Formats: sequence, C-alpha cells, structure tokens
Amino acid sequence: MNIKEIIKPENLVYKKTELMTDNPLSYCPGCGHGTAHRITMEVVEEMGIWEDTIGVAPVGCSVLAYDFMNIDMTQAAHGRAPAVATGIKRVMPDKYVFTYQGDGDLAAIGGNETIHACNRGENIVIIFVNNGIYGMTGGQMAPTTLPGMKSSTSPYGRDIEKMGHPLKMTELVAQLPGTYFVTRQAVHTPAAVRKAKKAIRKAFEIQKEKKGVAFVEIVSNCNSGWKMNPVDANNWMVDNMFPYFPLGDIKVDGELVK
Amino acid sequence: MGEVILMKGNEAIAEAAILAGCDGYFGYPITPQTEIIEYLFVQRPEDRTGMVVLQAESEIAAINMVYGAAGLGKKVMTSSSSPGISLKQEGISYMAGAELPCVIVNVVRAGPGLGTIQPSQADYFQSTKGGGHGDYRLLVLAPASVQEMADFVDTAFELAFKYRNPVMIQSDGVIGQMMEKVILPEQKPRISNEEIVKRYGDWITVGKPKSRERNIITSLELDPHRQEAKNLKLQEKYRLMEENEVRYEAINCEDAEYIIVAYGSSARIAQKTMDMAREKGIKVGIFRLITLFPFPKKEINALADKVKGFLAVEMSAGQMIEDVRLAVNGKVPAEHYGRYGGVIHSPEEVLAALEQKIIGG
Repeated sequence: MNIKEIIKPENLVYKKTELMTDNPLSYCPGCGHGTAHRITMEVVEEMGIWEDTIGVAPVGCSVLAYDFMNIDMTQAAHGRAPAVATGIKRVMPDKYVFTYQGDGDLAAIGGNETIHACNRGENIVIIFVNNGIYGMTGGQMAPTTLPGMKSSTSPYGRDIEKMGHPLKMTELVAQLPGTYFVTRQAVHTPAAVRKAKKAIRKAFEIQKEKKGVAFVEIVSNCNSGWKMNPVDANNWMVDNMFPYFPLGDIKVDGELVK
Repeated sequence: MGEVILMKGNEAIAEAAILAGCDGYFGYPITPQTEIIEYLFVQRPEDRTGMVVLQAESEIAAINMVYGAAGLGKKVMTSSSSPGISLKQEGISYMAGAELPCVIVNVVRAGPGLGTIQPSQADYFQSTKGGGHGDYRLLVLAPASVQEMADFVDTAFELAFKYRNPVMIQSDGVIGQMMEKVILPEQKPRISNEEIVKRYGDWITVGKPKSRERNIITSLELDPHRQEAKNLKLQEKYRLMEENEVRYEAINCEDAEYIIVAYGSSARIAQKTMDMAREKGIKVGIFRLITLFPFPKKEINALADKVKGFLAVEMSAGQMIEDVRLAVNGKVPAEHYGRYGGVIHSPEEVLAALEQKIIGG
C-alpha cells in the first residue's frame, strides 16, 4: 500500500477546519491556546455560522488570534473585549459574537467590563483561557496566580497577605443573573478537549437562543511562564490549578449547579 | 424648512443624532452633558429609527462599545465631559489607529482633575494634538450656538466616514447648557445592513463570506517598518484633512486692524467685544474657528499681513494661542486672554485685554 492509496476521502478521520488559517501559531510548543482556538473554530464551522460570526481578540498571548482564526475579527484594547463585543452585538443582534481572553485581560484590567457585560446579560460567548500568569509580557503574576506560585513579579511566590488571593472570576460571574451558562474546562487530554468543545458548542447554541452570557473558562498551562517542560506543566496544572479552579459546570440553564 | 424651536445645546445634539440616522449611542453620565443621554432615553429612539442607546458602566466601556459597533460600519457615537474624555483617550487612540469612524462629543468643563462642572475651553491641547498615545489627529468641530450643535452632528458623521477617523464635536458647558432657537434638520434614514456591506464591505467585520478574505479591525502592527508605513498612511490622511476641511467664520475681518481669534462660547462673547470696540472706533474683526483641527494656518497667516495684531481669546490659560502664534509667525503681535477654572470672561474684560495687550502694547 502506498501513500496515494491511503489518502482517499473514505479514509479521512480528521481534517483541519478551514476556519483556521495556515499561519504558523505564535504560541509556545505545549501551550493550550492552539487547541482552544481550534475547537472554537470547529464549533463555528460545524454550526455553519462563520459568515455571521465576529471574534474579539484581546491583549495578551492571543492578541494575534486573528492571524489564526479565519473569520472576521476585531482586536480590542486590553480588557475591553466584553465592551467591544457589547457594541457589536447591540447594533447587529443577529450576529454571533465571542471574546477570547486571557486571565490578565479578563480578570485584572477588564474585570469591570467582564462583570458588567455579564450583568447586562449580553448575548455573547466569553472564552476565558486561564493559565495563572501573564504569558505575553514574560511571566508576571496574574489575578489567578496561585498562592505561593512563583512569577517574575512574585519571585518568592505569591504572598496572599501582600498580593491578595487568586480571583475566581468564573464563580463570580456565575452569581450574576445575566449569565446563563458558566463552565470550567481544560484542553490537556483528548477527553478534556472533547468536553471543552461540547461546552463551547453549548455556549454558541445559547447565543443563538439569546439567553444571555455563555462563559467558558479553559484552565490551561503556560510552560514557558511556569518554566517547565510541557509534560511537567500539564501535570503541575492537574495537581495545583485544578484543586483551586475545579473543572465542571458552575451554572447551567441559568441555575447554579449544586 | 423646519419650525423654529427652543432647545438646550445638549438636547439639540441628542435630537440631531437621531435625525442624522445614528445607529447607536453609548455613554455615561457626567455634568455638564448628561442631558444628551437623558434626552435620548426619553425619546425612545429605538422606536423612532431603531437607534440603540446604552448606558455603559464607564466612559472606558462606552468608547469601546463605540469601537466594536464602528467596526461594523455603523454610525455610532458617545459623549462626555473633560474627565470622562480623558478616560476615553485609550479607546480614541485605538480607533484612530484602527481607522474607525465615530463621533465623540466633549462638552468641556474646567480641570485639571475633577476640576469643576463650570464651562471651560482647556481641552484644546487634548483634542487637537492627539490626546491619547501615538501620532494621530481627530477632526475637531467647535459649535458656537445651539443651531451648530444640531447641524454639526450630521457633518461630523459625514467627515468620520469620509476619512474613517474619529471626529470630535468640542463644545463647552455654556453651549451645552444654554437654550436658543434652533431649526432641526430633516430625518435621515438609517443605513440598512445591506447598504453598509455594499459601501464598506472591504473593511467592516460583519462576518466573513466565502467570497472574500477575512476583515480585521486592529491597530496592532508589530513589525516597525510596517508600523511606520501605517503611520505614514495616517499622516497623509491628516494632511488631506488640513487641505480640504478647514472651516472658519470671518466676521468683519475685511477692514479690521485687530483680530480676535476665538471659537465656541468665547467667539460669542467676542462678538459683543467687537461691537463695543467698533463703537469706540477700533476696527476689530473676529476670526472664529469652526475646525480646531485642521487649524486655519494659511488664512491666519494671510490676515497677519493686513492687521496690526491678534488676540486669542479662550477659556484656558493659553492653548489655542500656540497655534495662532505659529500661524502668525511673528509678523505682528499675538497675545492670549482668557479666564479659566470655570470662570467666563466678560466682553468688557476681553476689550480691556485687547486695548492693553495689543493696541497699547
């Protein structure tokens, strides 16, 4: 059997979505962003809504998300993505709008925009990639950096007495009546990727029904910022991040999960 | 011609926005311009034209909502007063960098800091020299009457889309709060989504059809050479504005020996000064700026060949005077006069300043 006999439509088991460009990803090897991008774009493709979908890219590692996502995109100022998405959605309510934000963007500088967009119940999807660190600027402490965790601005570990506690933004927005679906996922194993993709699909379905904010946190790694190899980073994430940021649905159909 | 009605400056802006076919207003309350958002909510423009009105959680959020909606080719605007405009500067810089059209109204109050709610013209530097970070310019229109508050909204939208650039209407607490007669323009229809795609389909982010490449709204360009090229393109746009969009009103400048340069409420006050001076036999003319940027450099430079001196009258410690002096280029004296911190100069004070600083000097 030669290669030509293998490459046949009936043998196709996986294909890159056309909604990802061929640009090489700018993310570090081992980073979760690439997977999170791909499953988001797969959902948009599978729902057949790409002609009506507008993405809002943040400031942070995924600032160049529009280089990789082959849809119309707008790039927001740091933390302002939920306000930008609000503006888009309010003047064209039938479009699908999502923000794609990191923890510094969403939980620190954009805390206010996040809370108020969620409180207003904007019909948008918010994808929140939480890796507990500022990756783009080289590994500074984020609002989600764990207690004792080292970063370049907490070089001796996060001292919660002086630097405050890691912020559980997802639990916070789940308390607001404007959020309809709030969940926390991960993309470090095939099973987790499948679950995360299902959650993102659900989020876009909720937007279709205009039921309010659908908020999907993805706990991810930052092997460069954490100064680990990708395997150790994923293991560290499972052992340390997941206990503080437990995976699973937090709010479903507008009701907090007991 | 519509009927003559009595209206507040701020209300005239709000009504004119609806009549201009504006698609969305995003704002946050701040004195002395809060009547704009209040008027809009009372008017229910969503029923009249389908225009969206939203009270944002902050001025920062409001300008970013404008950024998002402007990226769809919609006619959108925000309004605020000085401290709020400072907060919007980040978003304004991003919009200038991403080349997005919008209208921003600044009903100026006195600063610095929280300052006071009284009128001022001390935001001239901020609005004409950039305001936020980076090399950029806004087109700045300065209404001097309630009628112009109404008229300039549609003009501002036209210019914003012509240049794909934010346009500021820079008013002040006097013009915003005072009531005058006004004739409102006709209702313009809002532009349909289909028409928007037809006009601006090459840059707006309304969803990517298979037939075209994706559109991206961004001010980011990491490669310095490409960023420089982007800046050069912007500079060329600002040069075209300077070439084509200078607007002013010359009142009694033909025979004038002395010129008062002013805009907004200071230009109104200066008219009384001019009348008083002419009664005394002093030939005073008024050069009223309608655009603060572009600044009428050539026109003032030409006037400097004919007159004995200029007095720049503004409710600030002296901001516009710098541009007047650059234009006059040392040909004749050019001095500043103005009360500030929320105090409004009287016509008598302006006349006294003219006599002491220019005629006597």
